[in-house]
Amino acid sequence: MRQDHLITATQLSRDDIEAVLDRAREVAADPEAYAGRHAGTMLALCFFEPSTRTRMSFDAAAQRLGIDTIDMGDVDSSSVSKGESLADTVRVIEGYADSIVLRHPSEGAATLAAEFVDVPVINAGDGAGQHPSQTLLDLHTIRENHGLDDLTVGIMGDLKYGRTVHSLATALTNFDARQHFVSPESLRLPRSVRFDLHETGAQVREHDDLEAVLPELDVLYVTRIQKERFPDENEYHRVAGEYRIDADTLEAAPDDLTVMHPLPRVDEIAPDVDDTDHARYFEQAHNGIPVRMALLDTVLENAEADEGVEVDR
Amino acid sequence: MSDHELRVSKIRDGTVIDHVEGGQALNVLAILGIDGSEGLGVSVGMNVPSDRLGRKDLVKVEGRELSQSEVDVLSLIAPEATINIIREFEVVEKNRVTRPDRVAGVLSCPNRNCITNADEPVETRFEVVADGVRCDYCSTVLRSDIADHIDV
Repeated sequence: MRQDHLITATQLSRDDIEAVLDRAREVAADPEAYAGRHAGTMLALCFFEPSTRTRMSFDAAAQRLGIDTIDMGDVDSSSVSKGESLADTVRVIEGYADSIVLRHPSEGAATLAAEFVDVPVINAGDGAGQHPSQTLLDLHTIRENHGLDDLTVGIMGDLKYGRTVHSLATALTNFDARQHFVSPESLRLPRSVRFDLHETGAQVREHDDLEAVLPELDVLYVTRIQKERFPDENEYHRVAGEYRIDADTLEAAPDDLTVMHPLPRVDEIAPDVDDTDHARYFEQAHNGIPVRMALLDTVLENAEADEGVEVDR
Repeated sequence: MSDHELRVSKIRDGTVIDHVEGGQALNVLAILGIDGSEGLGVSVGMNVPSDRLGRKDLVKVEGRELSQSEVDVLSLIAPEATINIIREFEVVEKNRVTRPDRVAGVLSCPNRNCITNADEPVETRFEVVADGVRCDYCSTVLRSDIADHIDV
């Protein structure tokens, strides 16, 4: 990955992904070797939307690399609530930090931010757009359980607004992976993601229910269907109920099926799945640390190389 | 076209944009940023019979020669258009529009949640793709509805 910013999954080649995941493997095997590697640098956490795990995961990953973090705090108490533009906010923060992790409710926010600053920007979610660092940890989880080729992946739930889905579906086109998209009609993949999939020649296989494809899957990636996507609460309950899985559902699944979820879940995966061998979503969340350490390490290394700074390893 | 059908007179110097899809002439002027306030002589023909298009629009702008980059943007809504540069009543140059790689500051993004619709100090920018355009910021793809999002 030669570019400094990580904005969308479309920018990631197979080599880019494998380089970060190889490094994540090294980090996981020997975290001590990476401790303090970027001491003396500063990461700004700019979350314009609530976040628990992504924010904490980046914070923890940074600290393990010796990076100090500064947090913008809640949007309500910051200058954003006074009407400051994102372009101004990031130009100010650029003066405080060596890299920026950005989450924002508008699609395209990270692209815009990257145009205004010279420090690396990592997109930690832009509206219903992309969430590429989540994708890297998703791919790491898939790779450690199944490898990334000759793979059949089912992606189920809110495919229209789910940014983790958009990034994952695009990134998987770099590998020999068949993708099945399972959702209600109203929450199918948006035109922008279909465009990227078609560009790579990937086939978009869409299904109304999981039953027909479940026996073929190596990985089932479940996402939450949000109540606010439906005008009628009854309709939400009816639809959400159809895309809920429990231990009984998984009776029809291959023994080595890996069930993943970007979390938080509400009730789309019943708690009885947690006790099965299929459940990998907590492992997936934990992978956020080595993968984000590997990502930050890569991005900062590239930025230092661009500046011609000698990096003492 | 015989004399009694002639709807728009010849111009001395300027640009004639011919073979515009019927109904798109005003959008052509909008894209070019011509609204009459600049004092240019402008003639517009709409839904004129055409052998090639059935019905076509045409636009004549007096006293201004449009550059290639200006007219390239027209290719988005008038891919069949021909551009005639006129000097002393003679056509001195005749060009087809060619599709640009990108268009900036011409279209608004139809995605209300796109960052370009949030009062940020940026121009919209769209990549021109096979059958439409695509927002450089939020990746939204616009196809047949391009003319509805002209913002100049």
